[in-house]
Amino acid sequence: MALLEAKNLSLGYDSNAIVENLNFTVNEGDYLCIVGENGSGKTTLMKTLLGLQEPISGSITTGDGLKRNELGYLPQQTLVQRDFPASVREIVLSGCLSHSGLRPFYNKEEKRMADENMERMGITALKNRCYRELSGGQQQRVLLARALCAARRILLLDEPVSGLDPRATIDMYELIEKLNKDGVSIIMISHDLTAALHYASHILHIGSEVFFGTKAEFLKSRAGRTLLEEGQVGQK
Amino acid sequence: MIEKIAMYLEYPFVRYALIVGVLIALCSSLLGVSLVLKRFSFIGDGLSHVAFGAMAIAAVVNLTDEMLIVLPITVVSAVLLLRTGQNTKIKGDAAIAMISVGALAFGYLLMNLFSTSSNLSGDVCSTLFGSTSILTLTSYEVKVSVILSIAVVVIFVFFYNKIFAVTFDENFTTATGTPSDRYNLLIAIVTAVVIVLAMNLVGSLLISALVIFPALSAMRIFNSFLKVTVFSAILSVVCALVGILISILAGTPVGSTIVAVDVAAFLICFAAGKLISR
Repeated sequence: MALLEAKNLSLGYDSNAIVENLNFTVNEGDYLCIVGENGSGKTTLMKTLLGLQEPISGSITTGDGLKRNELGYLPQQTLVQRDFPASVREIVLSGCLSHSGLRPFYNKEEKRMADENMERMGITALKNRCYRELSGGQQQRVLLARALCAARRILLLDEPVSGLDPRATIDMYELIEKLNKDGVSIIMISHDLTAALHYASHILHIGSEVFFGTKAEFLKSRAGRTLLEEGQVGQK
Repeated sequence: MIEKIAMYLEYPFVRYALIVGVLIALCSSLLGVSLVLKRFSFIGDGLSHVAFGAMAIAAVVNLTDEMLIVLPITVVSAVLLLRTGQNTKIKGDAAIAMISVGALAFGYLLMNLFSTSSNLSGDVCSTLFGSTSILTLTSYEVKVSVILSIAVVVIFVFFYNKIFAVTFDENFTTATGTPSDRYNLLIAIVTAVVIVLAMNLVGSLLISALVIFPALSAMRIFNSFLKVTVFSAILSVVCALVGILISILAGTPVGSTIVAVDVAAFLICFAAGKLISR
């Protein structure tokens, strides 16, 4: 059964639909890239998947034992975070909050999980450093470790490489690929079509053309061919 | 000088002032870190003006226990204001400005129209700047302040991790299944309680200082949320103590003396922060 399934989804604000009739599924181990022009509703889709916003119509269902709030999330950085005085460990630990319910403090198991995920992201050495002093790539790793504390099976990434330099971008993509190989399903919003076609197993294209299918199918589809002809692929 | 302080400490009203002052300083600084980081530095200002308006209503209807009116009105306003922070047509800062100036004008108007006191401008001035009210607390007021302060501290410690998560990243927290709305509401209510308490100490115009200065000072020097919170609490308490003692010895107004000490502490921390980062 699919981890996540969207049926006849229409999204938008105040009943103005930006995207209509969206259908797609995410299975265990999938790597789905959501691509589309600016303003085509990628971020709206992400917010709806996360339950931060209600869809206008249609439904999102989770299956295979995945609960609705078990989606890990790597948001785009906000202004508030840029000068936030918090240590790396504090931020990673805050990902465990959803497991702790009303209990006021984190227990040993949660602390162990935070340490483990910091190790996995290669940021254990930065543990006590202040978040605002880190480089963009390091900050993304911290937020990724936090997302892994919240959910181990499926991650939603909102433009994970925006603002990173080329080296950090490649590192980030490799890290995500490694997680995917470890069995974490990935849903990623991306501007970077080249990378999307390189790493993803499935593509969801929204905007003027709506398409969902495997990478190979996408390359043969109208949406995919149009993009290839426009030369968007390969230039970045 | 020590003898002089010891002599003053013999008086119960000085002891009350110190106890209440320390507790209020502690409470206001705890929330300050979160409010500053959430870009709500002005919330204190807005709410205190609302509290001033409510105080005027209490004076007009001749209530003996002002808290009964002031506290609920301020809490409701805080909830409305912090709610508007996210998804409304009137944005956060505009909403705060609207409510605060409106309440201030309304309060002064009421006091003028229905005043029974012979010294109206004196009354207004002491509500706005606190003047000597901290030294005229009754034992009932002290009890109320102590109970509310303890409640604030307990709530803060109990929900510390949640407050951190909601402050750092509200969307993430909601998306992973923690009801951020509820904790925002909690922050709003506790903020309102702190503001009403702090009116006694520094008056409604100077409350923001008590909320933001210790937090900003601590953020210059420390790098983790826990350290920032703990240091700002300690700093705030020390500043309040020093401020109250100076004002007693030098006969200066309590509220503005405390704020002056807070400003001085901020400048020291700012310099220290620059030195450390070099």
